[in-house]
Amino acid sequence: MHEMSLAEGMREIVLEQAQRHGFSQVRILRVEIGRFAGVEKEALAFCFDVVMRGSPAEGAVLEMIDLPGRAQCFDCLQDVVIADRLDPCPLCGGSRLLPVGGDEMRIKDMEVS
Amino acid sequence: MCTVCGCGDTPKIEGQDGKMAPHTHSHPHDAGHVHHHTHEHTHGDGHHHSHPHEHGHTHGHSHAHGHDHEHTHDHDHDHSHGHSHAHDHGHSHSHNPLHPHHPPHSHSHAQPLLHFGAGAAGVSVAGMSQARLIEVETDILAKNAVYAQGNRRVLRAMGSYAVNLVSSPGSGKTTLLCKTIEALGDTPLAVIEGDQQTSNDADRIRATGAQAIQINTGKGCHLDGNMVGQAMDQLRLQPNSFLFIENVGNLVCPAAFDLGEDAKVAILSITEGEDKPLKYPDMFTAARLAILNKVDLAQACGADLDAYEANLKRVNPAIEILRVSARTGEGMTAWLDWLQAQRIVKSSPQLA
Repeated sequence: MHEMSLAEGMREIVLEQAQRHGFSQVRILRVEIGRFAGVEKEALAFCFDVVMRGSPAEGAVLEMIDLPGRAQCFDCLQDVVIADRLDPCPLCGGSRLLPVGGDEMRIKDMEVS
Repeated sequence: MCTVCGCGDTPKIEGQDGKMAPHTHSHPHDAGHVHHHTHEHTHGDGHHHSHPHEHGHTHGHSHAHGHDHEHTHDHDHDHSHGHSHAHDHGHSHSHNPLHPHHPPHSHSHAQPLLHFGAGAAGVSVAGMSQARLIEVETDILAKNAVYAQGNRRVLRAMGSYAVNLVSSPGSGKTTLLCKTIEALGDTPLAVIEGDQQTSNDADRIRATGAQAIQINTGKGCHLDGNMVGQAMDQLRLQPNSFLFIENVGNLVCPAAFDLGEDAKVAILSITEGEDKPLKYPDMFTAARLAILNKVDLAQACGADLDAYEANLKRVNPAIEILRVSARTGEGMTAWLDWLQAQRIVKSSPQLA
């Protein structure tokens, strides 16, 4: 999708955090990626390695945590978890589902030294 | 190395094949389940360590595999080398046999605890600072969101309504926009055109007499909040006007970047295939309105407009749909009415 832009956004956040907290090395950086965020995780891992060069996160481990796709079913009006945007409602089998969560792209925390 | 749990549980001995015994993993467990296990590593250089750690898995999986990985580890074991593996199931790693490391690696399982000890050093050393955990909880696109909010504030103060027009290349965005501008007559408006190269589209818009600014994204595949903010600074936006932002023709990336617009309008030409909304659900989910354009060609192309609508509703039950031909003018009145209604509501806060 736009993994290079995401990696650049992550780099900016790392630099801001390094200034604020005074660390020089990120060991592990954990990000939460929603099921529907449209992020190609292998591409993000590749871009991360490239974009972080020369930053405190150079060589850091990137951990990606999957967050589930959530949707509201227009038939049974329940909030449900679905794996794919086109999945039917797991409760009533309805096919009209409006995604309401799973588009997260968030840095959760980092282990630094 | 095992591709399921990542354990390097066989000895890697210098000069030998690091062949792994066939083994089975079976993890059927409920969300939130925590299990403990210990990894023993013995490296060819005599270095030996173990890592106790915990995983909280949010899903169950089961793999049985017997595979061989060729590893030749011929090295001093001293590294601070990071690697990440985000994987769901069943992919294979190819390790460069000369790659002198046994990398720390991560799974995309939800892990409520960090594993200290799986980090670069693996041990804490007296006199060295301990690793610190910093809670960040920041959206990766937070910076874009700040720019987008800035744009949104300016637009709200002006009572102006901004439309982010998104589509594949060639769906007829610019033609629709030119016809829209002509039809809107004296209504104040401005246009931001996004393309990788050329100012052709802005030239077409300016030929209608409207003010337009071209953004060339170069290699970029989408407009972002900052680009649009800078373009807005150069436009003479008028109160109660329309701002049309024609995004880069791309049904993937622009879905994720908020520009500060009031609505994304997806244009889908009926020559593109009825299943396009299913193929690119992100964009059609993000859009408030879909315009089925080029409906004058429907008969010649054998396009099934009802199927287009059904597929749009399937990915976004709340989406509004208009059937339009920018070329013949069919359906344009409904589109213009939609626009004017949105603008009136926005510029009259008591209606909103």
